Amino acid sequence: MLICKNIEVDFDGFKAVNGVDLTLDRGEVHFLIGPNGAGKTTLVDAVTGLAKYSGSVVKDGEELRGKKVHHIARKGIGRTFQTATVFEDLTVAQNLDIAAGAGRSPWALLRRRKHLPANVVETMDRIGLGKEADTPAGILAHGQKQWLEIGMLLVGDADVLLLDEPIAGMGHEERDTTGRLLHDIAADRAVAVVEHDMDFMRAFADRVTVLHAGAVLASGSVDEVSGDPRVQAVYLGTATDEKEPADAATA
Amino acid sequence: MRNFFATRLGTWTGFAAAALVLFGLAPLVLSGFRLGLLAQFTCYAIVAVGIGLAWGRGGMLTLGQGVFFGMGAYLMAMHLKMADAEFRNGPGAVPDFMELAGIRELPAYWAPFSSPVFTIAAILVLPTAFAVVLGLAVFKRRVKGAYFAILSQALAGAFAILLIGQQSLGGFNGLSRFRYFFGYNLDDPVNQQMLYFIAAGVLLVVVAIALQLRRSRYGELLVAVRDAEERVRFLGYDAANIKVVAYATAALFASVAGAIFVPVVGIISPASIGIVPSIMFILGVAIGGRASLVGPVVGALAVAWAQTALSEQFPSAWTYAQGLLFILVIALLPGGIASVAALTKRFQRTPAPVEAAA
Repeated sequence: MLICKNIEVDFDGFKAVNGVDLTLDRGEVHFLIGPNGAGKTTLVDAVTGLAKYSGSVVKDGEELRGKKVHHIARKGIGRTFQTATVFEDLTVAQNLDIAAGAGRSPWALLRRRKHLPANVVETMDRIGLGKEADTPAGILAHGQKQWLEIGMLLVGDADVLLLDEPIAGMGHEERDTTGRLLHDIAADRAVAVVEHDMDFMRAFADRVTVLHAGAVLASGSVDEVSGDPRVQAVYLGTATDEKEPADAATA
Repeated sequence: MRNFFATRLGTWTGFAAAALVLFGLAPLVLSGFRLGLLAQFTCYAIVAVGIGLAWGRGGMLTLGQGVFFGMGAYLMAMHLKMADAEFRNGPGAVPDFMELAGIRELPAYWAPFSSPVFTIAAILVLPTAFAVVLGLAVFKRRVKGAYFAILSQALAGAFAILLIGQQSLGGFNGLSRFRYFFGYNLDDPVNQQMLYFIAAGVLLVVVAIALQLRRSRYGELLVAVRDAEERVRFLGYDAANIKVVAYATAALFASVAGAIFVPVVGIISPASIGIVPSIMFILGVAIGGRASLVGPVVGALAVAWAQTALSEQFPSAWTYAQGLLFILVIALLPGGIASVAALTKRFQRTPAPVEAAA
């Protein structure tokens, strides 16, 4: 449902992404892995309109290149960031209500919210924050913030979700919960996950694309990719389950 | 207490109490002169409500509200001068200060301001429209933070310099000596009191508008833009438009305040709208508490009152006191006076769980 062809992102002569083809399908949790600097996050930036690129990104037959960030978001492409970005001063319910309301008329915006939209209430339960409706997002646990951010994409009716390290800084239990949540929401959506955690990838990936130095090194099922000697050479052989030190710094 | 004022009853109680003080108590206990001062301070408070919205809720440090305050003030002053001249010398007459400056012919852009309706419409529309155009140009390019603050301050400085050069607007001396306000003699104490009531009434209206904006979904969205603009954009909103609404609303409030300021004080000059007055507006809001609803009003009134009181007693000391106050608030009380209540509450709350456990 999202087809990226020959994406190139050029930072002053340095090609951070160099001719990547990527297809995301409904019903799949698609992991993007690769060593640091492989271009994973830059690729997400390009698709969501943050980074300029050449090539083409087509969703449901519509070219997205050149559109503004908020226009691309309204086409149903949602993303999260490496550090969970929620509105810390607002409550969980308010966060979700804002995320659900990108299409509201000015008149609706200028009035008080009478009651929460049904999809907000439903999503709060789905992401395990049903009891936290009135909790300020700033005091949520780290993992809960990540879930809230995913929930914000769900209520906004995004059907292509690009998640940048959604389990960074989570404990084991939270990881499993997140993995199950990803599969649950992927039932009628395309979900792409940028991740370093190999165990998590093996447990929850339907499909894996390995990026290296801005290009696709291999793509396929977990077994296919793990068995690929080139992948082992550049990635799986060197970095194992260790998480990046940078994650700890940003978390 | 906070929860009570969040309810509908609490809101009405708050407004009723404020109205009682402004319309009942103040005229009763204050002399005509003091009431005039309060009217002037109320004008600053109206500006402050707008800054509280744009800066406190929207994160836009509007260091140049003097521009919009000045626009409203000069538009009103032009009408008052025209009306005075026409009252003395018939239609098309040249205002007195122009005669002194040797201007015999009325400049074309003055002519429409003989109409009160046109003037009021201009006060409401022109500064707001200017803020929309400026805001779109600035926010669409994602200019924010310190860059936006410097830009708005430079604008206030440039506007004041521009006015100094305009002889047909009184130049450095500005416009003064107004006799009538829509037909009411400004020397009459009853009419002066009426001006105070207008200022107080407008203040209540402006606070009510700000309250509605804060409690609406738009208000939540504005806070979201303030705290994580990029996130809002990735949710499908055009963040620039959201900011423009708050910025233009603040401009409108400042313009209306300027328009009331003119008949109350009796003079408007570039010195009242440049960089220094613009910083004074910010100062009151910072001291009162920028993110709260009532904080900016209290802060603006308190700072203006302190300035008058202190400079009556110690003419040279006020500037230092003002600087000290600013530093103390920023260092010790970043949330302003309005955060004191929340702070004491926090101190009281700390031992509470222990008691509950015991």
